[in-house]
Amino acid sequence: MAVATATVAAHEAHPTSTGLNSRKMLFWAFLGSECMFFGSLIATYLVYRGRDQVGPHPHEILNIPFTSVSAFVLLMSSLTMVLALAAVQHGNVRGTRIWLAATALLGMTFLAGQCYEFTQFYFEGLALQTNLFGTTFFVLTGFHGTHVTVGVIWLWTLFVMAMQGRLPRERALDVEIAGLYWHFVDVVWIAIFTLVYLIQ
Amino acid sequence: MAEPLEGQARPRERAHPGAKEYVGIAVILTLITAVEVAVFYIPAMHPVLVPTLLTLSALKFCLVAMFYMHLKFDARLFSWLFVVPMIIATLVIIALMRLFGH
Repeated sequence: MAVATATVAAHEAHPTSTGLNSRKMLFWAFLGSECMFFGSLIATYLVYRGRDQVGPHPHEILNIPFTSVSAFVLLMSSLTMVLALAAVQHGNVRGTRIWLAATALLGMTFLAGQCYEFTQFYFEGLALQTNLFGTTFFVLTGFHGTHVTVGVIWLWTLFVMAMQGRLPRERALDVEIAGLYWHFVDVVWIAIFTLVYLIQ
Repeated sequence: MAEPLEGQARPRERAHPGAKEYVGIAVILTLITAVEVAVFYIPAMHPVLVPTLLTLSALKFCLVAMFYMHLKFDARLFSWLFVVPMIIATLVIIALMRLFGH
């Protein structure tokens, strides 16, 4: 274990021409590409908004109080994520486990809410092929939900590693990169919540 | 974070904030979300609904990116890698909306 930790630490401290960690740099570039990806989905939703020939329309079906709670849950998961990072950076093993599990559970709560919302919409007559709103809404929020799902799997993986003692202070960057992904998912939802739900 | 080569200057970075600051940011984010929802339900605010909501949303976005994603504290290059594509994406959204008559 000590050898593995030392190997990881040595790997993290590899020299680069910029002095910046290559993994972190790569991940920021990936998040930049994700901005473009979600930008295209949001643009498609906005371009086709209000052009439906048949209902249901957004104001008839969107449940603002319910989605506000979902948005709050995701915001709080960002808090628990940074607390997990702070814990691992300080070598607080117990704190790392607790906050990683809390973040994953909040993410799962958000996903459960999204599944409930999608089911409700389906029973109220809105499916992927019903109208332009249905198509663009489900594609946009569905891709976001897929990202949240990937994040939850990632977080549980880190949690299992922490439980096995394979997430020492020297591997804090692993948690930091997972955190960057998680916060990105959160900021995308901040945009979706405003542009799709509140500005109808 | 990788250690720079010997004799090589470390790019400008500052220590990340602590738990207290993180909780403080979470409180601010919660308050902004509450204001957003309140604005949505207040009829008197409807003439300025769109600019108000966009401003509040942008504020939340910036707070998460700066403090939780540590862009305020990490090397400037990370900010550029994130902000430039975001600006391009925003311009594409605006251009397409104009093109389709919104």
